[in-house]
Amino acid sequence: MVDYQIKESPEVYDAIVVGSGAGGGMAGYILANAGLNVLMLEAGPFYDPAKDALQMRWPWESPRRGAGTTRPFGDFDASFGGWQLDGEPYTTVSGTEFEWFRSRMLGGRTNHWGRISLRMGPDDFKPSDGLTDEWPISYEEVKPFYDRVDRMIGIYGTVEGIRNEPDGIFMKPPKPRLSELYIAQGAKKAGVPVIPGRGAVLTESSPEIKGRGTCFYCGQCNRACKVYGDFSSSSCLVIPAMKTGNLKVIDNAMVREVLTNDEGLATGVSYVDTKSLQEYVVRGKTVILGASACESARIMLNSKSRAHPGGLANSSGLVGRYLHDSTGSSMSGFLPQLLDRKRYNEDGVGSVHIYSPWWEDNKNLDFPRGYHIEYGGRLNMPGYGFLNWVPGAVGKIAGKDGEKRDGGGYGALLKEDYRRFYGASIGMAGRGTALARIDNYCEIDPTRVDKYGIPVLRFHYKWANEEIAQAKHMQETFKSIMHEMGAVILSAEQGPETKYGLEAPGVIIHEGGTTRMGNDPKKSVLNKWGQAHDCKNLYVVDAGPFVQQGDKNLTWTILALSMRTAEYILEQKKKLNG
Amino acid sequence: MNRRETLKALGLIAAGAGVVTTACQQEKGKEEVLDKSSEKQLPGVEDWEHERTQKLMAEKFFTDHELATITVLADIIIPKDEVSGSASDAGVPDFIEFIVKDLPSNQLPMRGGLKWLDVQCQKRYGHAFIKCKEEQQLELVDAIAYPGRAKPEMQQGVAFFSLMRNLTASGFYTSEMGVKDIGYVGNKPGVWNGVPDDVLKEHGFDPEKFFG
Repeated sequence: MVDYQIKESPEVYDAIVVGSGAGGGMAGYILANAGLNVLMLEAGPFYDPAKDALQMRWPWESPRRGAGTTRPFGDFDASFGGWQLDGEPYTTVSGTEFEWFRSRMLGGRTNHWGRISLRMGPDDFKPSDGLTDEWPISYEEVKPFYDRVDRMIGIYGTVEGIRNEPDGIFMKPPKPRLSELYIAQGAKKAGVPVIPGRGAVLTESSPEIKGRGTCFYCGQCNRACKVYGDFSSSSCLVIPAMKTGNLKVIDNAMVREVLTNDEGLATGVSYVDTKSLQEYVVRGKTVILGASACESARIMLNSKSRAHPGGLANSSGLVGRYLHDSTGSSMSGFLPQLLDRKRYNEDGVGSVHIYSPWWEDNKNLDFPRGYHIEYGGRLNMPGYGFLNWVPGAVGKIAGKDGEKRDGGGYGALLKEDYRRFYGASIGMAGRGTALARIDNYCEIDPTRVDKYGIPVLRFHYKWANEEIAQAKHMQETFKSIMHEMGAVILSAEQGPETKYGLEAPGVIIHEGGTTRMGNDPKKSVLNKWGQAHDCKNLYVVDAGPFVQQGDKNLTWTILALSMRTAEYILEQKKKLNG
Repeated sequence: MNRRETLKALGLIAAGAGVVTTACQQEKGKEEVLDKSSEKQLPGVEDWEHERTQKLMAEKFFTDHELATITVLADIIIPKDEVSGSASDAGVPDFIEFIVKDLPSNQLPMRGGLKWLDVQCQKRYGHAFIKCKEEQQLELVDAIAYPGRAKPEMQQGVAFFSLMRNLTASGFYTSEMGVKDIGYVGNKPGVWNGVPDDVLKEHGFDPEKFFG
């Protein structure tokens, strides 16, 4: 064997943060601003939206015209990575399914997310349905942190006073697009409320927010924003934290494991430089994992030692357990009222303009909890495949002359059809609560390693009746909204054979729960501060600590909880020093 | 930053005019479908992505005959009219050559479909598709362009033509010429104040109300 040297830096950081997404970014920001000497390790390359965003580019600037060949959400999308990464496999137990999206870059998955920023409500933290578990903390305890995140990062929305859809400190929301006005009208007739969206986009300037521009309405948040007009962890947290001089970022640093001493306390981490393949060890007084729910669980399970034989902080055996993504099901079609519509710039913002918060009373339903609905439809920027639906739609409705047409076609008439139908398509998608179950989990695959020699994850996840019943309810609701507004449905009919269009777990990219928090060390991995029961200087700040997510996209809660954990770390340090 | 500072930071005040007018300057003959900018690596594009694109650009998939057939078909699907030019004017054949290398699952259906077309034409008219008379070409296209009324024995042709139509529309409407034709007027900095009043009124919505 060829000898190799592990480079070990003599510096002992106050804190080492693993991962630079919403959770890692917020922890790094709070600690660096408090004067701690912080090291952040990111598995992918450095990325600054001001320089690197593919915002404002035209479709012809991509040889594939924006097709999703190398990036699942298209060629201009900011997010590197996807559900499959070269050399970094994962496996699934047969008969189960999970799709694991990873974004190896500064800011992680905050680079592509929809900026939809919803607070979990009182009933999400303390549910009373008898099926889902309660958190060790209440909404009232988290509310001050949500408030601070609102002020610090910026969010638009409207005060609605809905009990389990808590209001925040809002900037003005963008007005609805034309299709969204029709949708709101149709939904109302179908008994489904629609309210203005809530998104992390600066629709106004704020004296509390410095160094970021306001939105100029290109509708391209997923391409990252050159003026930092929306929330990305890079632009709003990591880069500002670096400017304090207290946060150092090492990119292309893939963490192998957390190192511990004989007492079982964390002493640092080991990582491999993905470019040079050089091995490193760095030392820290506190280790904070924000690598994403499954990646943090993987690091912990791979960090075995005499003090932690079953993996770091895993005496409960629950690291990797209770994995849960959101449910998702969708429907698409077009609105005849929008044929031959007048052209104008309808880009708006890149987050949701309108949505439906959960409205039903579960007493009358065969599933617990619920879902919200996100809507879309606009005079969108042309991109690969964006008119593929038109030849089929032509056959669903009478032509301009009132005569029924055959679907398909070519030539001058087809060109007319493309112009006629452009901007008339609409879509709706439900995002709901999937139950956190002990039997849905990730674990270390005993037989496989990735290209760095790091053992990979093996997933075991199955949907159950509750999620399928919820998807069925979504499809029925969508159909009734489509009907009420006179839309023509184009997506395929979904039934029990397709679980009512329920997407495979992991597809919605809201996974959490793998290092759940709780008061009982036998039934949870972390305490209510995100601190490991078995390792006092180890914290987790991604969606791993979630006991049970609501139907609220989880980024805003990750930010609030990471802020809360970071301030707890500061208090603990103060106590030790004082 | 206020909005003006925002635009300044973006370089859009000084360059603003240029950004807005590029969409109007076109139809100076045939467009270069593959923008020259794809030869240099844009910021924010990963090395492996750029290298992959360059490698695909250097390869050739379709034969000259296949590409000629694609060109004729593309112009049948999207001909020149009073609004804009034809598919080949917008460089669609070059785009299709690239996209089948980029998305290889299209290679077999395209190659096989083109061959299917030639065999059909040979049987019916005694020539390959591009050597047939225009009315013969259109007769065959008519038999495969309408999935609902095509004969069962033409279904393979229907599947090929649907793919060809989608690729043609993708290539055309994402070109400068096609974007102008379809009437997309966004991708420029501005202020969104909702749907214009005249459009709201035309659709029966009240401009004074948030939800119309």
